[in-house]
Amino acid sequence: MGAWIMAGITFREAARKKILWTALLAGAGFLLVFGIGLHFQVGDLKNSAVPPFLRYQVISAMLMIGLYTVDLLAVVMTTLTSVDTIAGEITSGTIHAIATKPMDRWQILIGKWLGFVAMAAVYVALMFGGAIAEGYYIGGVLAQHPLNGVLLVFLECVVALSVTFMFGTWFSTLTSGVITLGLLGVAFLGGWLEQMSGFTEGSRLAMVGIISSLVMPSEAVWRRAAFEMESPLSGSLQFSPFSDISIPSGAMIGYAIVYLLIALGIAVYHFRERDL
Amino acid sequence: MFGEKVAVRDLTLSVRRGEIFGFLGPNGAGKSTSIKMLLGLATPSGGEAWVLGAPAGNVEIRRKIGFLPENFRFYEWLTPAELLHLHGRLCGVPSSKLEERVPALIDLVGLTPHINKRLQNFSKGMLQRAGLAQALVHEPELIFLDEPTSGLDPLGRRMVRDIIRAQRDRGATVFLNSHILSEIEITCDQVVFIREGEVVTSRDLHAQQEEAVRVDVRAKKLSPECIEGLARWCDSAHADEERLTLTTSSRGRLPDILRYLVGSGAEVYQFTPQRMTLEELFISVMGEDRGF
Repeated sequence: MGAWIMAGITFREAARKKILWTALLAGAGFLLVFGIGLHFQVGDLKNSAVPPFLRYQVISAMLMIGLYTVDLLAVVMTTLTSVDTIAGEITSGTIHAIATKPMDRWQILIGKWLGFVAMAAVYVALMFGGAIAEGYYIGGVLAQHPLNGVLLVFLECVVALSVTFMFGTWFSTLTSGVITLGLLGVAFLGGWLEQMSGFTEGSRLAMVGIISSLVMPSEAVWRRAAFEMESPLSGSLQFSPFSDISIPSGAMIGYAIVYLLIALGIAVYHFRERDL
Repeated sequence: MFGEKVAVRDLTLSVRRGEIFGFLGPNGAGKSTSIKMLLGLATPSGGEAWVLGAPAGNVEIRRKIGFLPENFRFYEWLTPAELLHLHGRLCGVPSSKLEERVPALIDLVGLTPHINKRLQNFSKGMLQRAGLAQALVHEPELIFLDEPTSGLDPLGRRMVRDIIRAQRDRGATVFLNSHILSEIEITCDQVVFIREGEVVTSRDLHAQQEEAVRVDVRAKKLSPECIEGLARWCDSAHADEERLTLTTSSRGRLPDILRYLVGSGAEVYQFTPQRMTLEELFISVMGEDRGF
């Protein structure tokens, strides 16, 4: 019961943060620019000699780039809105009035986590829904398996959220934010290194990418999402940077789920044990 | 312990149910840490504590405990009513009871004119009032108040004093940590002084009324024999011309002393018993300028 009350209040708290509204504003701006760009691209292609089947692949690739932007916005927004919730409330003493209520501390942490999970779900649904709708109504293309893609991007946000919570039980707001964003950077770089290794079949480069993905699997989850959503022809023609050169396996998705559960478990354990 | 620093050691306290207990000590004495340990916010490295018959930090027993943290802060976008509803729900108070209790509590702490304002527009004193109300929303048996009058004006302090007494009158125990000794003195039944995490001394403030008093006397014709004779009732007697200062262990002896002085031929113009204030006691226990 306590966890659900905390989830509700955290959702409302998160929804009032300026960073969320800034991210929504940035998202709306992105959708506007993306829509305009898509509109012009469709017009230009119609007036060109590009064969219709290739036009479709070019628009599909544009959609993937748009979805990737949405993915980045969602992960960064999830991290920045949640980074203060544990560390900040411990520092300010706000947590004292809550942690002395008749509920175990795990309920506080899980409740807060659920609140942010709900917020991330709404954000991802809104932004992805917007981008996919624009792709369909303006560009006339539809992502392959959009539900799989959205769920995977949502998973990526939850991974980032759980890591943020884990560090928030140890460090200050600023420190845990820097560490989490640093890990996301490592994952980003690792993902691209692994992708690049596909061109040369370089196993050493691929290994660096895989290790980076094991340290922080967020980017690997995105690349799997991209594989799910991209049209097979566009992928094999390598029209977009997310073409299926090196596709994370289902096992990597399983690893990401275990990873987030472990991060959350550590967060709960440490939050229960530490002095407030 | 915080790293190498020992915050609290050999702290033995016993608080009777239904009393207002004052917890005193200079800054850094370990007061807030002690409260945190009793509430389960901090885990002691050794020893044990029992609160309302259960180990300190017991989750279920917290249903019977209210807590006002020092410098109360909460989500600033809430109104006082929303704040109290939230804390009431977390304490398991049914919604129907909250509907009645919340407006009454807001009125009790003097926030009715601000009922629709958000906490972000509250002054420090108003936040403190809201914090006090959240500590009482579930009618706890034991209430920990950490500096409850911090930021309050004199009227606010008086209101807090009245609320604390009302809580005791309904049977609650109040554990009060405050720097304002005059408040403690007129509110508490028992006080404990701690320094560097250890209990230095304790006082029953009701019994204190019967304890040692100092009497300032102004009189003429005070003979040395008369002053020596005071030893029957007094612990000390020091004369300086017409001024006589004496101490006695009981107020009950004062009429006998006065009768004796007059009977010995002294012309008494002034006979003023001086009870030691808590502040004087605090300074005598802690020493001067210890950062309090």
